[in-house]
Amino acid sequence: CSAAGPASTMPVPCSHCQKSSAVLRRPKTGHSLCRPCFFWAFEEEVHQTIASARLFRPGETVGIGASGGKDSTVLAHVLKVLNERHGYGLNLILLSVDEGITGYRDDSLETVKRNQQQYDLPLKIVSYEELYGWTMDAIVKQVGLKNNCTFCGVFRRQALDRGAMMLGVDKICTGHNADDVAETVLMNFLRGDIARLRRCTAITTGSEGAIPRCKPLKYAYEKEIVLYAYFKKLDYFSTECVYSPNAYRGHARAFLKDLESVRPSAIVDVIHSGENLSVKEDVRMPVQGTCARCGYISSQRLCKACVLLEGLNRGLPKLGIGKHHRLHEKLLARQPLTEQEERKLRAEEF
Amino acid sequence: MAAPISLHLEFGGGAELLFDGVKNHHVTLPSQSEPWNMKQLLLWIKGNLLKERPELFIQGDTVRPGILVLINDADWELMGEMDYRLQHQDNVVFISTLHGG
Repeated sequence: CSAAGPASTMPVPCSHCQKSSAVLRRPKTGHSLCRPCFFWAFEEEVHQTIASARLFRPGETVGIGASGGKDSTVLAHVLKVLNERHGYGLNLILLSVDEGITGYRDDSLETVKRNQQQYDLPLKIVSYEELYGWTMDAIVKQVGLKNNCTFCGVFRRQALDRGAMMLGVDKICTGHNADDVAETVLMNFLRGDIARLRRCTAITTGSEGAIPRCKPLKYAYEKEIVLYAYFKKLDYFSTECVYSPNAYRGHARAFLKDLESVRPSAIVDVIHSGENLSVKEDVRMPVQGTCARCGYISSQRLCKACVLLEGLNRGLPKLGIGKHHRLHEKLLARQPLTEQEERKLRAEEF
Repeated sequence: MAAPISLHLEFGGGAELLFDGVKNHHVTLPSQSEPWNMKQLLLWIKGNLLKERPELFIQGDTVRPGILVLINDADWELMGEMDYRLQHQDNVVFISTLHGG
């Protein structure tokens, strides 16, 4: 706060170049930077993240998970800049998932198509309809608005992988930022999900079997991502999904934003805590195997996506919600369920 | 007596949804005894522009955490935030970071 009394209109000088007026205060460091110094600092920090974690190797094909939102738009832009500036030698591709949500994804995909032109990168769109035979609009019609986000989340994760496999991509990058990672740490902690708590701060995941995924913006604050997009006038889409937000994440998010307003380092502090938690050796962790039906990584006989899909196709949408592992053998053998088993799995009457 | 001042207000990043989806607003604040500052502007917005769910925009007497504020294209944290004394023709931008990315 200004000790000089009521706010003056005197510009604050950039604490890096000392020449131009600052345009933002960085939450991570407290520095005040002008536009060019901010752009440089933001981009070079992402480069540092990439270089120190050795995320890429020359010649790799990297798929950028592109939703048209702020994070993936900034990620695509920055990767393109860094690939040229530092000679990464990467072949970058935009990879989008069309969940089939009218009034939401169709609009955001238009943004991705413009990004494709603006950044001159190839674009591949994979849809739930072609992969699973179901759009989210159709799924919501059957399951209602209660567990729809479970379907969407599980399907999206696989869809990105399948799209990446079709293109022969070596790695997938997603736009997850520091705020997202901190939220996830907090949510996994609150749910007591030890396995995910341990995995969620990793900058790269799934190197065995699945296509590796990484988060180059893991240490980038949301505030800086939004201001980077604003000052660079990047074209992004910002509307909440029409099928209602993820309420649990919303609470974690609001809580972290409140903390950040009192103590800006709270975001990286939570990530740091997550990274440094060690799990006792005698804690039982689920063993990762592969799905007996589709071959995707799974800790059960059938992966979550296959169970959800089977539930949709059998008209028993709750099959994949909650724990029904006992039924997996029956599903694999394509046996009918008993009337009693089925009763619990039908959609609720609305 | 301070003269009336005109401002350009812009809402983005999803914040516009609380203002009937309208992003740009040219407004004139009436003449009053004290000069207008950001604190008073927020109250004025709450009373005159906000269409729904004011708690998603204002929390306590400031903007809800997660909404960024720029005054003439600079972070309001550099400008004294609530105490910033508004000038005629100022450009104030509110960007929500709370929407999906």
